[in-house]
Amino acid sequence: MSKVSETDVRAEVRAWLAANWDPEMSLVAWRNKLVDSGWGMPHWPEAWYGRGLPLGLVRAVEEEFARIGAVGVAKSGVRLLAAATLLEHGTDRQKERFLRRILTGEDTWCQLFSEPGSGSDLAGATTRADLHGDYWLINGQKVWTTSAHHADHGLLLARTDWDAPKHEGLSYFVIDIKQPGVDVQPLKQMNGHASFNQVFFTDAHVPAENLVGRIGEGWKVAMTTLAHERRGADGLSAPAKRGARTGRIYVEERRELETANQPYTWYPQRAGRVDLILDRAKETGANTDPHVRQEIAKLMILAKSAEWTARRARAAQQQGRPQGPEGSLGKLAASHVARAAAHVHTLMTGADALLTGPGSPRDGIIAEILVSVPAISIAGGTDEIQRNIIAERVLGLPKEPRFDTGPFRQVRKN
Amino acid sequence: MDLVAENISRAMSVSDESQFEPARRIQFAFTDEQEQFRAAIRRFLQEKSPPTEVRRLMDTATGYDPEIWRQLSEQLALPGIHIPEQYGGAGFGMVELCIVTEEMGRALLCAPYFSTAVLATNAILNAGTEAQKSSLLPDLASGVRLAALAVTEPNGQWDPQAIELVATPVAEDFLLEGAKSYVVDGHVADLLVVAGRAPGTAGGEGLALFTVRADASGVDRRLLESMDATRKIARIEFHGAQAQLLGDVNDGAKPLVRTLDQAAIALANEMVGGAQAVFDAAVNYAKLRVQFGRTIGSFQAIKHKCADMLLEMELAKSAAYYAAQAAAADDPEWPALACLAKAAASEMYLHIAAECIQIHGGIGFTWDHDTHLWFKRAKSSQVFLGQPYYHRELLLQRWGV
Repeated sequence: MSKVSETDVRAEVRAWLAANWDPEMSLVAWRNKLVDSGWGMPHWPEAWYGRGLPLGLVRAVEEEFARIGAVGVAKSGVRLLAAATLLEHGTDRQKERFLRRILTGEDTWCQLFSEPGSGSDLAGATTRADLHGDYWLINGQKVWTTSAHHADHGLLLARTDWDAPKHEGLSYFVIDIKQPGVDVQPLKQMNGHASFNQVFFTDAHVPAENLVGRIGEGWKVAMTTLAHERRGADGLSAPAKRGARTGRIYVEERRELETANQPYTWYPQRAGRVDLILDRAKETGANTDPHVRQEIAKLMILAKSAEWTARRARAAQQQGRPQGPEGSLGKLAASHVARAAAHVHTLMTGADALLTGPGSPRDGIIAEILVSVPAISIAGGTDEIQRNIIAERVLGLPKEPRFDTGPFRQVRKN
Repeated sequence: MDLVAENISRAMSVSDESQFEPARRIQFAFTDEQEQFRAAIRRFLQEKSPPTEVRRLMDTATGYDPEIWRQLSEQLALPGIHIPEQYGGAGFGMVELCIVTEEMGRALLCAPYFSTAVLATNAILNAGTEAQKSSLLPDLASGVRLAALAVTEPNGQWDPQAIELVATPVAEDFLLEGAKSYVVDGHVADLLVVAGRAPGTAGGEGLALFTVRADASGVDRRLLESMDATRKIARIEFHGAQAQLLGDVNDGAKPLVRTLDQAAIALANEMVGGAQAVFDAAVNYAKLRVQFGRTIGSFQAIKHKCADMLLEMELAKSAAYYAAQAAAADDPEWPALACLAKAAASEMYLHIAAECIQIHGGIGFTWDHDTHLWFKRAKSSQVFLGQPYYHRELLLQRWGV
């Protein structure tokens, strides 16, 4: 690939958009054009719906799209994690079959990794895949699966060898969710929402060609998925705000996003809603209580410091300096902030913290903060796992002795 | 799996992006020059201020080594690092000053730097007339003279409103009557900058800064026995001592408040440096110490403690750095950030120092082990310039809550 300048890229994408963009097209028709042109995922390889541009130029392309309000390819949910994993480990046939419909938004994906018996210890999965000629039979249970109830395909981590050590007996599959052997049940959380599902497999079928990577390499492939997840799916931006723009394509896009974002309405509350704290202090009169003032100040100091720590990490990265410890702390910091915020919110709310629902403060938002915050120190790696990671990878402290290194069959399980 | 499958940016979204205005001019990274400057100071202090030297000097009456002071003045120009060049300084600002205090805090340097460079010099820069700055600052910049800022009184408050010392005008000068206490390096200063008030005034009214020669008649100085022997403090009584007004009486408490805010930021950075030193010691020890056939650092009880300490320290560090950058950029919010940084750093430092003792176990409680030196500095820094609760309250007031 020859070196390309940002100016050239901008000119090229601008010309292409001028010739092709039409807000009255259907979403799928437009995205098929994007897939054919490579402008939907410009950093993907040219052979697979991309243009082979360096990641650093993606932003310029996105800005050109945003400038005229052009819609991009579908990016919601775990679809891009699926795409990134298939790009790296999938067969050509798998890429051909799945990638286009991921980008057009026609297919929705879910991720089938966590199990009731293996939360933090993901590699301890016991959902089994047994080969029967040209297909695998899947039996077991997955949990915490967002969007499984309307997903078409799932990224499945299942055990194919019980005598190999834990990490070496797993394989990675693409499974068709809409089949009789797959039963999806909503999982109601302590805050009343049901954003996730449990997925039960009873002799569900996976064709042999849907194995991703080699047998026994499932853990390695899953690491690719998780690495992209941590990178925020290559740092691609969320869809731009459309403002007052009109056209058929925006109606369809809005509908798609509403479905995609539905599980996440409580996520701001999960993070503690620090943004409401100072307003609530005035609103409740808690700003006159010296004890509460101290708690407010402690929280705001924590929240601001966490924000500046994230900025400091980004600034170091932008300067090309090696990442310092500040880059690994965001997740744990977010937990502290959320818990402290829930504490202060309920403290300020006083006896009204006994109420919930539309008749309670801020139409139930304050109550929802309290009962949503416990998720933040669990989701995406518990605080305890984060502390292990920080202690081992940042501080260089030794790992704990392990008891799960032998054949998986003999490892103690739930 | 999506409960595990959520990206961190989403988890951080409320506190990270949407709530706060983006700060455009405030830098989040040090420049290469600043990093080189830091490295030079660190090398100097590693050589000149090892714990053995700290122990030697903390047992002396003056509390510092004049030869080291001469070297850090002449070779590194540290006392005047933030003094404009026209007054004999190096012409840098708050960020560089805070790099110096951070490194001095790390090494626990025993020297009259905070008193002379951070407190007294900034008071003169903030309050002094052109003539006063021209006459007083060059000797402070060159390290030839030492100075101290006397604010707190036996009532132990850093709030300027609590000042009782009275300055009575007599002809061109003033006569000071009252007592100051907890004056850092007050026993060795050549020049005292003293906060006082006009006769018959109270609260925020009538406050001003004065300069007094430490050897003037009517000045009684007494070294106090300080819990933190690495930071000497003195009680100073003024019995009709002759003083000069520093600056303009109409400025009131403003220059003093500004000076204390700058000092709070410099102290926050000093604390961050000290905390890093004890933290590193704790982690290193956890990797070496063996109990039950394993290094104690392999136990989650210790690992998690260390991870929490790191988080707490990095958060306070971010606040200290940000406050220094905001002050250097003269961002309107910087006085509030001074309170924020001081409160964060002083809670953090004492906690880290206490945990460092805990991780060391019995040896950490001995006199011969160095951790207690930092532990005591942590506590003295927590009290010095105002306790965390005072700064938290001031923070909310400055934010208009």
